[in-house]
Amino acid sequence: MLDIVIRIALFCLALAMVALIYRVIKGPSMPDRIIALDAIGINLVAIIALISIELRTNAFLEIILLIGILAFIGTVAFAKYLEKEVLFERERDH
Amino acid sequence: MSLLHLAIIAPLLWAILVPLFYKSFRQIHTGWFVLPLPIILFIYFFSFISTTRHQAIVMETLNWIPSMGINFTAKVDGLGLLFALLITGIGALVILYSIYYLSKTKEKLNTFYTYLLLFMGAMLGVVLSDNLIVMYAFWELTSFSSFLLIGYWYHREKSRYGAQKSMIITVFGGLAMLGGIVLLHLMTGSFSITEIISQSQDIVSHSLFIPALLCVLLGAFTKSAQFPFHIWLPDAMEAPTPVSAYLHSATMVKAGIYLVARLTPVFAVDGLWVWLVAGFGIVTLFWGSFSAVKQTDLKSILAFSTVSQLGLIMSLLGVGAAALHFPGVKDNLYIVATTAAVFHLINHATFKGSLFMVAGIVDHETGTRDIRKLGGLMHFMPITFTIAIIGTFSMAGLPPFNGFLSKEMFFTGMLHVLELDLFNIQSVAILFPIIAWIASVFTFIYSMMLVFKTFTGKHQPEKLDKKPHEAPIGMLISPTILASLVIIIFFFPNSLLSENIISPALAAIFPSLLNTGTEFVTHIGIWHGPTPELFMTLGVIALGILLYLTFPKWRKVYKLFPDKLALNRLYDGIIDRSQSGSYRLTTSYMTGSIRSYLVYIFTFFIIILATSLVVKDAFKLDTVHVSSIGIYELLLALFVVIGAISTVFAKTRLASILLLGAVGYTVSLFYVLFRAPDLALTQLVIETVSVALFLVCFYHLPKLRKEDSRVRFKLTNALISVGVGVMVTLIALSAHSNKFFKSISQYYIENTYTEAAGKNMVNVILVDFRGFDTLFEITVLAIASLGIYGMIRLRLTRRDEE
Repeated sequence: MLDIVIRIALFCLALAMVALIYRVIKGPSMPDRIIALDAIGINLVAIIALISIELRTNAFLEIILLIGILAFIGTVAFAKYLEKEVLFERERDH
Repeated sequence: MSLLHLAIIAPLLWAILVPLFYKSFRQIHTGWFVLPLPIILFIYFFSFISTTRHQAIVMETLNWIPSMGINFTAKVDGLGLLFALLITGIGALVILYSIYYLSKTKEKLNTFYTYLLLFMGAMLGVVLSDNLIVMYAFWELTSFSSFLLIGYWYHREKSRYGAQKSMIITVFGGLAMLGGIVLLHLMTGSFSITEIISQSQDIVSHSLFIPALLCVLLGAFTKSAQFPFHIWLPDAMEAPTPVSAYLHSATMVKAGIYLVARLTPVFAVDGLWVWLVAGFGIVTLFWGSFSAVKQTDLKSILAFSTVSQLGLIMSLLGVGAAALHFPGVKDNLYIVATTAAVFHLINHATFKGSLFMVAGIVDHETGTRDIRKLGGLMHFMPITFTIAIIGTFSMAGLPPFNGFLSKEMFFTGMLHVLELDLFNIQSVAILFPIIAWIASVFTFIYSMMLVFKTFTGKHQPEKLDKKPHEAPIGMLISPTILASLVIIIFFFPNSLLSENIISPALAAIFPSLLNTGTEFVTHIGIWHGPTPELFMTLGVIALGILLYLTFPKWRKVYKLFPDKLALNRLYDGIIDRSQSGSYRLTTSYMTGSIRSYLVYIFTFFIIILATSLVVKDAFKLDTVHVSSIGIYELLLALFVVIGAISTVFAKTRLASILLLGAVGYTVSLFYVLFRAPDLALTQLVIETVSVALFLVCFYHLPKLRKEDSRVRFKLTNALISVGVGVMVTLIALSAHSNKFFKSISQYYIENTYTEAAGKNMVNVILVDFRGFDTLFEITVLAIASLGIYGMIRLRLTRRDEE
């Protein structure tokens, strides 16, 4: 029973991924793509969690946490890049 | 090491000391320190005559590389001794001459005598080595030291040109000879000449025999300036005159003659050898004497004359080699040709050496060697004139000089060709005496020009830089000795040469003809009676005088051979063409663009892999090991494919970077699916970092010419990339279908906890079972980070300095 539920959930997530990837490719503006990427990251979290259940293992819990962190950092970095066109600012001249 | 070995390498050792003498004793001419060595060596080698007279051979072996059969085996027999005496004897005279010829203040004497001694030692090594590899080593040393000596005045362009030309041609031949030596070794299993000669009857039918013969002859012909390789010799006349006298008349150019004579017992079993040696010799004889007539420079005349005389000796050796096909020594018609060759070899060394020295004296005392500017020097330099008369008349083949004797014997040898019924050359045999006779007429003409245009006629002081006067006495000693030898040999050829030197030399050239107890009886008679040879000589003199007197009238004949068709043009053309051709070839594919190099690399990758798949019939598709495909894998693969394809076709770079990131994340999903949590973790982090790095790079693209266009489509690129993809896929499929043995992973599964005290197998392998890989991957990361840091820092400091 659980397996069927998981598969349905994975199928829905996959559809969401396809839609998100479509958005990444299509754009039209850069923020659209970045938000799509961020959503892909969160989708990945869900997918990995479901796969872990299906594989009956808890070896992938760290990856779930990591994706959460990376998606955040990546989105922030992109956002900063779009706003200031630079990732790491130089130290201010004294 | 025996005394003989020491004698051979003594000049090389002495050469080390020469710069010391030069630096320590500047007041004394360095040549005086060099002079004793060849004299001592001459006396030492002279003492061997009593040994070789009785057909005894002195062999001394010094192990060098015994495991490969390469040993410094010195062998003194008649032929080697003859050359050793020539080298040391004329070497001593040339050094004496050079002491007066080269100024001790203006010239760098240390380099001159070092090179000359190097050459002398190399030459002794060539003629006294029994081991072919050792001989080859010395052979190349002669080419090398000759190169240095020709380019002695290296500030002149023509010297450098001549040195380079002689180097290219002689080393080309030397390498061919090395090939011949290796082939001989393949056939006989030995590098020893004595051993190879003893097997000559067995190897004649070997398939490598003809290639070996041709290779060895190529070496001999290039060294001895045979047609068409003679072109380096006239250009080598840019060397100082003592060098020309020593190397380019008496010794080095005879190394090829030596080689032919030495290997005659090996190769003359085959008719091709006789044919080629005699044929090339006679052509060289004619062409050299014909070309010498039109020269206007004294040394050029002598150079072409040397070419022609070398051709004469070579043709005699060729004809003489036919003697091996007739048994016995008595009534063997062709031995006389070889006798003539050896005899003329000695004669040529004497008169040509003296003539070069005469040319040097004329140059030294008048400032020019151009016979159009010279004339009437007879009254200014009577002694030089006398020596020149003796040398040229001997060269022309007139009595009472030694050239007469060898020329008579030369005609005898050439007439014997008519009776040669071997190797199917009867149809062309008549050409040999005719060409020989015509060439002798030309020899007569240029000999007369050499002496009479220089020393008689009208004196033209306005064309000369200096007021001519007789040379210093020291300069005249060497040519006087040689000129006296010219006359002495004429009167006492038998007691002086034939028994002591020529017969042992013949015994070395024809070892198989000698039975025990017999020896070559070579009688050189001055008067044969009214033979055809005598009338030929008379004809040469008559026609020669006639043509000499009418030379301005028939000079036009040389216009028939325009410079365009000259062999020098051919040589220059070959050098130029090969330079420009290789330049064009290199620039055609070395475009400097990484894109084209990648095209080559991937094209060859495809071709080589496809060929080996087809040739080895390696492609195999086996579905035994294939596991079933699940829906997740299919979906993920779809994502990866979509991501990868849209990366290629993305309109902007930023989109490409993002899509690449998407592909990377999907790959990490694959890791999850295939149960590799560590890989998935690392992949996620690394993918994020590298996407960030890509963005940094993207940001730093220059403003100018920034094109946000999509990738341009090129058919070749598309074909190659599809080809590479297909090839890798095919290889992967074949590799997966060809599993020959089980994986070793079972060991790790069983021992991870018991042996290494860990439950994470990937980590245990990384740090425990195979920790070395990890260590150096850490190193790689350290190097990469240090490199990046260095690149950034160094650029910043430079910018600060500006």
